[in-house]
Amino acid sequence: MAHSAPAQQPRPAPRHDLVARSKPLVFALCLLPLVWLTWDVWQGTLGPDPVAQLEHRTGDWALRLLLASLAITPLRRLGGWHKLVRYRRMLGLFAFFYACLHLTTYLVVDLGGFWTQIFAEIVKRPYITVGFAAWLLLIPLAATSTHAMMRRLGRHWQRLHRLVYLIALLAALHFLWLVKSGQKIAVREPLVYLAIYAGLMLARVPWRRQAARTARRPAAMQ
Amino acid sequence: MTRHRIPPIAPSEITPEALYRRRREFLRTLALGLPLLAVGCGREGEAEARAEAAPAVPTGTPLAGTRNASLSTDEPLTAWSDVTGYNNFYEFGTGKDDPAKNSRHFHPKPWSVEIAGHAEVTGRYALEDLYQPTALEERIYRHRCVEAWSMVIPWVGFPLADLLKRFKPTAQAKYVAFTTLRRPGEMPGQNYAVLDWPYREGLRIDEAMHPLAFLAVGVYGRELPNQNGAPLRLVLPWKYGFKSIKSIVRIEFTEQQPRTAWNQAAPEEYGFYSNVNPDVDHPRWSQATERRIAGNGFGLFGNRIRTRPFNGYAEQVASLYSGMDLRKNF
Repeated sequence: MAHSAPAQQPRPAPRHDLVARSKPLVFALCLLPLVWLTWDVWQGTLGPDPVAQLEHRTGDWALRLLLASLAITPLRRLGGWHKLVRYRRMLGLFAFFYACLHLTTYLVVDLGGFWTQIFAEIVKRPYITVGFAAWLLLIPLAATSTHAMMRRLGRHWQRLHRLVYLIALLAALHFLWLVKSGQKIAVREPLVYLAIYAGLMLARVPWRRQAARTARRPAAMQ
Repeated sequence: MTRHRIPPIAPSEITPEALYRRRREFLRTLALGLPLLAVGCGREGEAEARAEAAPAVPTGTPLAGTRNASLSTDEPLTAWSDVTGYNNFYEFGTGKDDPAKNSRHFHPKPWSVEIAGHAEVTGRYALEDLYQPTALEERIYRHRCVEAWSMVIPWVGFPLADLLKRFKPTAQAKYVAFTTLRRPGEMPGQNYAVLDWPYREGLRIDEAMHPLAFLAVGVYGRELPNQNGAPLRLVLPWKYGFKSIKSIVRIEFTEQQPRTAWNQAAPEEYGFYSNVNPDVDHPRWSQATERRIAGNGFGLFGNRIRTRPFNGYAEQVASLYSGMDLRKNF
């Protein structure tokens, strides 16, 4: 990766640094859904409508990994597992990776020769509008995910990356709105994702306040 | 009851098993070539896949029908396994594979149909009395789901008009209403209020009397499997699939336009007519094109085709709707 600081020698992971040593494992885990999907394509076990399966599964994993990256902060604060933050970039980038596969499947495999239909769809279908918007918004986050960009952007980096709260909401809505209306059973799955999203967002609220209080304290002492 | 033992699929149509098995080989080639794959290559692959594809062995009691060639399409058939393993029949669950999984305990025999409403003859009739086994036809129809996928299916059955005329509908019979069986014990999907059970559908009487309107009792030369609407279902190839009501227990001639299940559930999405129309989109997706599930259940590329007005049956049925605004009467 291009983010290693120019002055520093890349340090080998210390033996006791579990996070650094487990990163390849997490990387491999994140690739598993793709391996599994490729295997199903290879074996022809995606069922009668393999294109729909490709779309659903790449979309599912983009959303799941997005929510996983959002779960890091609550887990650090509530569970005290501060080191988890070092997995976050990987989870976020994999979410973007699966979102790209999802969009590519829709454009190239599903629409195929009718790919120009996507422009009409983005304008006309709210679920495609929000899905496409979520993907677009992920681009600047992926592009600024390096250490170099973090340093360059300073505190603006965090402000920019708070976009992920909106992105995850758009992604969950994208799923909710594409299922048939009035289908209580069919909306169950997207509603579960929305509930998880809501939970992860709620888990942030009290910590925000405390952080604000801590930040104010030095000023109060003057 | 006499039944022909010969399946109506011409031997020439059945791909030799060895060739059929090679479809995986073909897909592997395709998968290996993925990074280099150009669109043109995908199109070639499509043709190859379709040529090789064939129904995975149909099962069930054979049921013969004479091919009605003039009303049949010669497009590649959707495989038996896809026709019977991937469909919507919410009485057995909302997933596409639920009907096949959850309909095993359904008993379509014995079966009777109640004929009611504005007709000279009404009453309850055993299914066996509703058609002549020797008069069954096979028709290969395109099937277009409102969800924008489609199939090509060889149905076995008889014209709906033949049945309706026997009951001598009166002048007040302006519409025909159909009802599906309600039996939550055997139809587990009915335990959920997904739709207002029982499922109901309806047609204007001239639509119902149209020669293309078909009552199927079989598919692929076999009795209808439970998941496909056994033992008696409607097939209306110019309308979205949900109009083709399954497991029919009641047919009523009415004066008023009947209320139908999907129209009631979401009137802005599913109209009473629901004729296949590429120019009128579903509120949430385009109806301009469709993904054809035919022949190559394994193919990934080139399955999307343009949707035709009235699903390609405009020549036969468009006159039924002359003077009507099809955007309003969707």
